[in-house]
Amino acid sequence: MNEKLLEIKDLHIQYVTDEEVVYALNGINFSIRRGEAMALVGETGAGKTTTAMSILRLLPKYTGKVKQGEILLEGTDLLKATDKEMQDIRGRRISMIFQDPMTSLNPVIPIGKQIGEVIALHHKKMGKAEVENKVEEILNLVGIPAHRKVEYPHQFSGGMKQRVIIAIAIACNPELLIADEPTTALDVTIQAQVLKMINNLRKEFNTAVLLITHDLGIVANFCDSVAIMYAGEIIEQGTLEDIFDHSRGHHPYTVGLFGSIPSISDHKDRLSPIPGLMPDPTDLPKGCKFHTRCPHCMEKCKEGEVPTFVQGTHQIKCHLMQGQATDGGV
Amino acid sequence: MGEVLLECRHLKKYFDVPNGVLHAVDDISFSLEKGKTLGVVGESGCGKSTLGRTILRLLPHTSGEVIFEGKDILQYSRGEMKELRKKMQIIFQDPFSSLNPRYTVFETIREPLKIHKMFKTQEETNRRVRELMEVVGLASRYENTYPHELDGGRRQRIGIARALALTPQFIVCDEPVSALDVSIQAQVLNLMMDLKDSMGLTYMFITHDLSVVKHISDEIIVMYLGQIVEKARGDDIFAHPMHPYTKALLSAIPIPDIRYKGKEAETIKGELSSPINPKPGCRFAPRCPRATEKCRMENPELKDMGDNHLVACHLY
Repeated sequence: MNEKLLEIKDLHIQYVTDEEVVYALNGINFSIRRGEAMALVGETGAGKTTTAMSILRLLPKYTGKVKQGEILLEGTDLLKATDKEMQDIRGRRISMIFQDPMTSLNPVIPIGKQIGEVIALHHKKMGKAEVENKVEEILNLVGIPAHRKVEYPHQFSGGMKQRVIIAIAIACNPELLIADEPTTALDVTIQAQVLKMINNLRKEFNTAVLLITHDLGIVANFCDSVAIMYAGEIIEQGTLEDIFDHSRGHHPYTVGLFGSIPSISDHKDRLSPIPGLMPDPTDLPKGCKFHTRCPHCMEKCKEGEVPTFVQGTHQIKCHLMQGQATDGGV
Repeated sequence: MGEVLLECRHLKKYFDVPNGVLHAVDDISFSLEKGKTLGVVGESGCGKSTLGRTILRLLPHTSGEVIFEGKDILQYSRGEMKELRKKMQIIFQDPFSSLNPRYTVFETIREPLKIHKMFKTQEETNRRVRELMEVVGLASRYENTYPHELDGGRRQRIGIARALALTPQFIVCDEPVSALDVSIQAQVLNLMMDLKDSMGLTYMFITHDLSVVKHISDEIIVMYLGQIVEKARGDDIFAHPMHPYTKALLSAIPIPDIRYKGKEAETIKGELSSPINPKPGCRFAPRCPRATEKCRMENPELKDMGDNHLVACHLY
């Protein structure tokens, strides 16, 4: 259980065009163990999806540039893998559930065929009948009656389409499942059904899940560990208990995120949002990226690198933590 | 009891579709007091947006009445309707497609003032536009920018300024914060609550997000397939939900607190059935864990359970 399945070390990614450079990821570090569910939390533009895409090497070919860093899948650097090796990894060892179930299926191919394609691609020796059997088995697993495999995507509702996409993603029992906002497009009751299903599958196959979301409610119910991203950096990470224990010190951005959520469990008259906006990724502020919006901004926050302070499993990238924790020097 | 500003009586909106009649809004009645906020919650396809639009006459109604300040506005002529538009406005869900991409921020907010000839001189009009921008928290340097240059939060502020331009009394807010990130969502919600207090507005707040609706509403209507299944005071509905659908909706929301981890949510099975030619009986019956024979035969009426808590369910 303690073995690191995926480890990301000091990853820097930029989108380079003739006009500008977008600093999408600025040195992130994290690792996922087998069977662990980790959440990557952050707002639009924080770099969550870029992280996911870089793991699968699906960044835009001409603009997406990995400047520095390593992505290790059980010790092998995916950034050095050949295209052919990557093809073998995608779908079989690492697979992804995309955000929008409406647009990520092919509208002119029956769903059974779309699921079968993944299986046939990774199991070249499997016969046609065997593939068909496997498709039916997977459809049952995700709760779609097997006889519907001949139907086309438009004949399914949003929640059902998302199940089809999950079926494609788990068809080859991957070791790591990346789920990019898998339920954002769904209604709450359907969201609950889909999350419950992913969770059951995770327990059954010991699959590690990297869940990208902005919903802290889902994180609290679903994940083991959390990394909070802001402007291309992980500003705080730790176990679920580390992050959700409000009695401990936290990064001011994390505090702001929690203050922004209207709660149904207790009553707040006014929300306490974070003032201002996420900085422009083409022109990031010096020093701490959050200092322009931070209520506790000090002089030293405006210049230079911010150290990461480590306390057990809990890591916070903020000067405020000085003295409260030991300097991990990461 | 305060003064009633808006009342809906048996409002229906049906759409003719190729394979039948789609009952988007099916016999909805409620009244809304001045200065209050009515939250309308439901899943996609339950008819909540259609309800908002039919009330504002952005869609023609099928039958029923909408009484605003004592008169049935569904019978108004074009001229009367134009006058009424000053009093009723809407804020749309999508700040990306509801703004004209070729108008600057200034032009967008000025448009309603021009159409309704609110001011005699240009200076007065311009002063009002700047005033509105200040009210919604848009810096004056954005006057000449176009919507595509701004982020979602600022764009939604333009939508709010435009809706406020004619000093309306009643605003339908159709998922105004759904497209925004949480920290921006909180900023916009706070702004809307401040405006309501300072300008004495009455909101009808349509959303699928129950935590947002709890935060902002005095009264809440839960809709399912075109009908009201439950209506109560905001805190009441969260403390004592009665209808099985409301209960299921509430338990499906993931709570951002690990004390609730592992508590298996009571997930309801299945999905919204089709609103086209609905069968008789309770519309929630096919998904309801407690449905009986009676539920499949008879449509339940809204019953008052005391303290203005209405519920449409045969269990009560």
